[in-house]
Amino acid sequence: MTERKTSALPVQVQMLSKHFGTVRAVEDVSFDIRAGELLTLLGPSGSGKTTLLMMIAGFSRPTRGSIRIADQEIVHLPPHKRNIGMVFQNYALFPHMTVGENVAYPLRLRRFGRSEIEDRTRRALDMVQLGGYGARRINELSGGQRQRIALARAIVFEPRILLMDEPLSALDKHLREAMQIEIRQLHDRLGMTTISVTHDQREALTMSDRIAVFSSGRLAQIGAPAELYEKPESRFIAEFIGESTFLPLRHTPAGPAYGEQVIHFADEVKPAAGEMLLMLRPERLRLVPANGTAGGGKDANVFTGQVQTIVFQGESLLFEVMLDGGHKVSVRMANRSENLRQLPQAGDRVALKLERADARVVRAEG
Amino acid sequence: MANVSIFPAPGPIGQAEFEANRRALERDRRAETRMRINLTLPALLVVFVLMVCPILWLLSLSVVAGDGRLSLENYALFFSEQVYVEMFLKTFMIAFVVTVICVFLGYPVAYLLAILPPAWSGVLMLAVLVPFWTSGLVRTFSWLIILQRNGIVNKSLVWLGVIDKPISLVHNMTGTVIGMVHIMVPFLILPLYASMKAIDGNLMRAGANLGSSPTHAFFRIFLPLSMPGLVAGMIMVFVMCLGFYITPAILGGGKIKMIAQRIEESISLYPTWGPAAALAVLLLLMTAVCLFVSLKLVRWLAAGR
Amino acid sequence: MESYVSHRDRLWLYIFVGLVIFYLVVPMLIVIPVSFSSTTAMTFPPRGWSLRWYEAFFGEQKWIGSLWVSLRVATLTMIVTTLAGVAASYALHQSSFRLSETIRATLISPLAVPSILIGVGIFFVYARIGGLLNTTAGLVLGHSVVALPFVMLTMSAGFSSFDMSQEMVARSLGANRFKAFVTVTLPQVKFSVATSMLLSFLVSFDELIISLMVASGPMSTLSRVTFATLRDDVDPTLAAVSTLMLIVTSVPPLLLHLYASRVRARNGRNAG
Repeated sequence: MTERKTSALPVQVQMLSKHFGTVRAVEDVSFDIRAGELLTLLGPSGSGKTTLLMMIAGFSRPTRGSIRIADQEIVHLPPHKRNIGMVFQNYALFPHMTVGENVAYPLRLRRFGRSEIEDRTRRALDMVQLGGYGARRINELSGGQRQRIALARAIVFEPRILLMDEPLSALDKHLREAMQIEIRQLHDRLGMTTISVTHDQREALTMSDRIAVFSSGRLAQIGAPAELYEKPESRFIAEFIGESTFLPLRHTPAGPAYGEQVIHFADEVKPAAGEMLLMLRPERLRLVPANGTAGGGKDANVFTGQVQTIVFQGESLLFEVMLDGGHKVSVRMANRSENLRQLPQAGDRVALKLERADARVVRAEG
Repeated sequence: MANVSIFPAPGPIGQAEFEANRRALERDRRAETRMRINLTLPALLVVFVLMVCPILWLLSLSVVAGDGRLSLENYALFFSEQVYVEMFLKTFMIAFVVTVICVFLGYPVAYLLAILPPAWSGVLMLAVLVPFWTSGLVRTFSWLIILQRNGIVNKSLVWLGVIDKPISLVHNMTGTVIGMVHIMVPFLILPLYASMKAIDGNLMRAGANLGSSPTHAFFRIFLPLSMPGLVAGMIMVFVMCLGFYITPAILGGGKIKMIAQRIEESISLYPTWGPAAALAVLLLLMTAVCLFVSLKLVRWLAAGR
Repeated sequence: MESYVSHRDRLWLYIFVGLVIFYLVVPMLIVIPVSFSSTTAMTFPPRGWSLRWYEAFFGEQKWIGSLWVSLRVATLTMIVTTLAGVAASYALHQSSFRLSETIRATLISPLAVPSILIGVGIFFVYARIGGLLNTTAGLVLGHSVVALPFVMLTMSAGFSSFDMSQEMVARSLGANRFKAFVTVTLPQVKFSVATSMLLSFLVSFDELIISLMVASGPMSTLSRVTFATLRDDVDPTLAAVSTLMLIVTSVPPLLLHLYASRVRARNGRNAG
């Protein structure tokens, strides 16, 4: 709670499953959370991310598996013995208590002395920049203030780890973006191992050290935001984080190819079972004149096609291009004057250049 | 993120730990189920031992004849003896009359409750709730005073010249019905009001804008929409009337016999409990049928919109 | 819902409803002046005023004894029913099995069963097992059956408007289930609990038929003695009794109702 950082603890989830009858809400999930990191569980609704958080908090009983904080098994402990701070989606502040009483609640339960309770409560309120709000009633607070009080209440007793369930979903867009930065800064000051749940990929990218993406009860991929964005393993991740279009690949003796065109990849592509796709991020494709000399060589791949539509989106322009191979891809072009000088029109034939460093292969499923 | 923990990441768990966790989780699940059962048990036990079991027992008693044989002679009694036939007819008639009067008196009250601004409807609601809360005995006694031979109603009527000499208003059907309606009206108003409150006021306004007169809009739109609440309230009143005891016993002055009094008397009247049990079973059956029909009717009305 | 009909057009409605309300409220108040009458004739208006019927009530063992029985039984019924009902509705609120719906329906069903049936049934059971006829315990258990549905309905409504994640957050902050319930849930459903207590007390205090079937003599409740007097030998002491019962059964709910609506208005929708 003070300026000194709490000694952060690692968390380890192993083979964790939760079945509701025949429905497998979470199935054999394993991952490690490093001491002091902010990990976000990301996924569409029904992906099992919230169930997973509730299992860590102790409100949902796993069917089997293990959850360990440092080296202590907590999977069978009741919530009140886990010493985990939690911020609920709706904040769940106690309306029959003042702001100060809300924040002091976990301290009272722990039978701290009166002066220590006052001291810690004040410091926690200061930390969320609501010093002096102690005597207010909950229904006098705005949404953002409630969010901060919920946060103060969850950290005031120096829990071993902090959980947040969709902490910003109840706020409007503007406030949400400000709070993302604020939570990140607070986390950096506290250094507490934190697990957050969200369905908003931008929130996950902004706040997290690492992101664990879930899909139908399974962990799809875990990694740092940039890693997930640059090197998604599957089509699901590539689509869920950022935008992209895909081209089917087939195996040839010379390597994976789109139609007859052998693709040059950033990394060596190991032949894998199942269908492989070439991921195309719209901002990594460059439009070049179709008849130009900008041949790819080994450092780039060039595709040809015809512009179908151009959409003006403010900071950028989005082109829809139908490749000669019959697949539609999106290309984003920054709205800069040098780009606008030779703007292709709908119907024009163009070539698309993909640097070898940007060519990534993803699995079609999973 | 930058700070380094003194705790290394733990290693993978072994099969034995995995099994131990599974057992602990299973124990925890059982404990939780047990806790829920324990919390429900006292209430369930009271209702089960003192209501469900006795009713099943009544059912079995009702088919045992005076000499201990299994027979339906307790039920046959109701059809052979004129008193019983009359009693059933009277019970149904009173229940019916009371229900009709309750609708007549209660519907306008519920309607006004639904359309008044909140402050006024709150006051009106209290005027409905206070009698509802007040002891039925007290209310029955009040009517005894008011309706007696030289009571205020008779005196007023004589003074007004409507009648020459006092008429009997209690210890007969009139007194019974007046007293029962007084107790039953709130039971009609409350569910009816709840269903009226849920009717969208825009529908009525839309009706008015489309040129239908207020009266027309009321009969074409509001009345049909309030039917489910009305039916629910009516059946509630009817069913409660069937088993009613206090008011007929006092304001009927021993002349008006309904099923409930007959059941009570039968216990002391007959050497065995069979006849009383049979009457009780019959009352239960009638109640159940009414409630079942009402449930179906309300669903049907609600779906018909 | 607002209306588009003018007040004048609705005049007939106001008059009619006014008359119905008059019929509902005024007659039951007549026992008050009658109870202060100085004569044995129960006429309205009374010919003279006195407190003799209150003296008669408080001076006679029949009345005082039964008043104590009623108060004792009603208090115990209130405790038993509120505890059992709050516990059951809390457990049912948290579980969503099909079985829990059946249990809920069972606990509310005494409301739909005519009380004469319950009374006869309880009488038969008590008469058979013995030891419960003419006892406080017998009366309390019997009254609990009919009071329980009121507690169940009130508490279910209370719990369903309470946000269960508050109890979860309390547990994550270090409170065990019981402590979380007492410090977070209970204060927020306190109006429902108060209403449950009041209703169960009143249902018991006012209950006649079960009392009639299972207890007599010195264990007679006030309602039973009142009923017997009313049926057999009416005298103005009844007006004094009725006035007292009128106050006991209508004033506390009125106060609770007014207080709850004031608090609700102040707190928005947070009051349970």
